[in-house]
Amino acid sequence: MPHSNPDRGVEILLVEDSSDDAALMVAALNEGELRLHVTVVEDGEEAICYLRRQGAYAASRRPDLILLDLHLPRKNGHEVLAEVKADDDLKCIPVVIMTSSDNDRAINAAYDLHANCCVCKPANQDEFRAVVWKIERFWLSFVQRPRGA
Amino acid sequence: MNPLFNGGRPIEILLVEDNVEEAGMTLDALREGRVRNRVHWVEDGEDALAFLCRHGRHSAAPRPDLILLDLRLPRMSGQEVLAEIKENPGWRRIPVVIMTSSDDEKDIRSAYDKHANCYVTKPMDVDKFMEAVRSIEDFWLTIVRLPAA
Repeated sequence: MPHSNPDRGVEILLVEDSSDDAALMVAALNEGELRLHVTVVEDGEEAICYLRRQGAYAASRRPDLILLDLHLPRKNGHEVLAEVKADDDLKCIPVVIMTSSDNDRAINAAYDLHANCCVCKPANQDEFRAVVWKIERFWLSFVQRPRGA
Repeated sequence: MNPLFNGGRPIEILLVEDNVEEAGMTLDALREGRVRNRVHWVEDGEDALAFLCRHGRHSAAPRPDLILLDLRLPRMSGQEVLAEIKENPGWRRIPVVIMTSSDDEKDIRSAYDKHANCYVTKPMDVDKFMEAVRSIEDFWLTIVRLPAA
């Protein structure tokens, strides 16, 4: 893949307040075969600003996939999800919920708000990496995503 | 990644597919899966809704944990079935995987806009078709945390 337009890779928005989890996920995503670019934001308000290209994010790229933690400062994952899935322009972007809790109510609420899928983060790092690879392979190489999404 | 998260009961899958051959291949591929599942096959969109409503011959139908939905269906299209499911507060949290021969960008966008959980194009080749079903099974039944029943 020679120096084609660097803007044409797959864009991922990772919304994660734990720097350890974010670092592990970014590293795992970058180990795959796909050329992709991951932007990490640390809270829900930043995620919305990024998606709506507000403030410092005026030039942000529209993500092809959003990986969204549920427990976030300022605006939680459920609130971000609700805003994305109620927005006619953003709602077709697949949102994968990444959560460390195994709470049925939180998971069901995410599906009710039209999360595309929910995945529990394994506590074990090797398992966590393997899960990130599976998400990457499934959503970026196998599934059809809306173009320009 | 714990197939027993479901309390040990089999995962109930509703397959909505009018093509007998493709339904047969999907059933075969799912039968070989690692996670115990039970597939309920209906051939058109109206019957899919009857299954969800437990009408008529479906009076003892279980609530599906996952729905595999073709788009080209007799009597009622897959997009209409999808809209009915995702607008119904009692059903909307059930993940719907679109499995279709169409890779038309309008179909893809329209399905995601209606909150399809993911969209997969069925390969024509038999081996690739089986592989695609196995990829769906592997992701949705072992990586994803499905909604609690």
